Amino acid sequence: MKHLFLVIRTVSAWGLTLLLVFPLIWLLLTAFKTELQAIAVPPQLFFTPTLDNFAEVQVRSDYLLFAKNSIITSVLSTLLGLAIAAPAAYSMAFFRTRWTRDVLMWMLSTKMMPAVGALLPIYVMAQSAGMLDTLTGLTIVFTLSNLPIMVWMLYSGFKDIPPDILEAARMDGASIWGEFVHVIRPLAMGPLASTGLLCLVLSWNEAFWSLNLSSAKAGTLAVLIASYSSPEGLFWAKLSAASLLAIAPIVVVGWFSQKQLVQGLTFGAVK
Amino acid sequence: MNRLIPRALMAPAVVTLLLWMIVPLAMTIYFSAVRYDLMQPDQTGFIGLMNYEFFITDPDFGPSVLNTLLLLGSVIVITVVLGVALALLVNEAFPGRGLVRVLLISPFFVMPTANALLWKHMMMNPVYGVLSQVWIFFGMTPVDWLTDLPLLSVIIMVAWQWLPFACLIFITSLQSLDRDQMEAAGMDGANAFQKFWFLTLPHLGRPIAVVIMIEMIFLLSIFAEIFTTTGGGPGNASTNVAFLIYKQALLNFDVGVASAGALFAVVLANIAAVFLIRLVGKNLD
Repeated sequence: MKHLFLVIRTVSAWGLTLLLVFPLIWLLLTAFKTELQAIAVPPQLFFTPTLDNFAEVQVRSDYLLFAKNSIITSVLSTLLGLAIAAPAAYSMAFFRTRWTRDVLMWMLSTKMMPAVGALLPIYVMAQSAGMLDTLTGLTIVFTLSNLPIMVWMLYSGFKDIPPDILEAARMDGASIWGEFVHVIRPLAMGPLASTGLLCLVLSWNEAFWSLNLSSAKAGTLAVLIASYSSPEGLFWAKLSAASLLAIAPIVVVGWFSQKQLVQGLTFGAVK
Repeated sequence: MNRLIPRALMAPAVVTLLLWMIVPLAMTIYFSAVRYDLMQPDQTGFIGLMNYEFFITDPDFGPSVLNTLLLLGSVIVITVVLGVALALLVNEAFPGRGLVRVLLISPFFVMPTANALLWKHMMMNPVYGVLSQVWIFFGMTPVDWLTDLPLLSVIIMVAWQWLPFACLIFITSLQSLDRDQMEAAGMDGANAFQKFWFLTLPHLGRPIAVVIMIEMIFLLSIFAEIFTTTGGGPGNASTNVAFLIYKQALLNFDVGVASAGALFAVVLANIAAVFLIRLVGKNLD
């Protein structure tokens, strides 16, 4: 009886999971088909794989430029975000005042503003500052929109550092700077890394701002993929190849940062 | 001295976020009260609440609010119900559980534009799409998803993306469920359903509330999926409030009306936000 339950559980869990990830499996297969195989009726499961699509995507749409833009904007906005968020989170975690709670709540509330509510002012400002379709403009917007989550994640990470250690350091006469370099820094590497990872994922996948603020010059991979929206022509294999290259790295990063993701996106409300 | 340094450390984050919030909000409020149409640049001036009137009396307004709520409601129901079911399924040990859990969350990391086009072309194409082949295999007439069922199509794409998120949170939460209590209930003769109803479900109450509220915040302004697949159409069949604002601003060039709409969206989102902030705030003390 117990054995039967295990079999049912195994079969249904695997069945449902494969059903759920089927679109991704299909994307993976289509990326290695020719365009004719990609639209074959009935769909082909077995075929001779080709790498032509990957070369074609680069030739026709300068894939590497968009990839470079994605890497630059997500890495820079992550570093910039950490540089701004870490001191703030450090200060709130270790020098609590009666305002700390309110400041945290207020920061959270800025994340609740729907992006579309700020679209016009940001667009107008970016335009008058000459920052439309520039990497600088996108990096700044990505940094700001991720900042509340970063402060929150770092704050809850820093708060887990036992205060006894800090008190011991202060007793021994360590300055704020000395305390930071010798005591906090080694312990803070974990929260910093996981926050950075989450921010990287969010910036890489960001579509609202990149679609509205960038196109041919500073466009990210999300923008490149969106350009495959046209209903005409044979392009499914190329679309699949481009999508595969765009999502594979971040899906792998995501697998390793699941836990941080849950904490970051729920603002620590689920542990 | 010792009070100054902590404040100085906080200043950059506080100042940038303040600017990021206040400046656009102030500008939006200002735009919403003046005549600001890029197609008629000679007409300017304060017009009170007229932009709001235009936005609300737009024939697309009613349907777009309805679509927003339908999209939100359906995705929340699908992701919470299926998410709980899947989480319960993979919570017990079985061969390959680790791999299943890794695979299960993958769709959440797919960028929205890639997700949308994968479904639009490879899955939902009425002739060559996988779904139409499945329909034919079962002897049914294939569906032209994006034309005949545009809103449902968007719902499927968004639910596919957010189901793994909900599931992941429920899995995390189930790990802290009290095993001893479960066993004790089993000894006392509780059946599987009773255990679920009286122990598991109350335990999941909080994560379910969190999932609902986070999805509310993100899904109220779903944009990329609609932008890349249906373009809000056919007609206004899949236009939500976020897309309507975008249409007013960057396609009709009427900044004033779009700003009035943007403020409407902010109010809508804040209703959801108040609940989430309260819930999270309790956790802070």
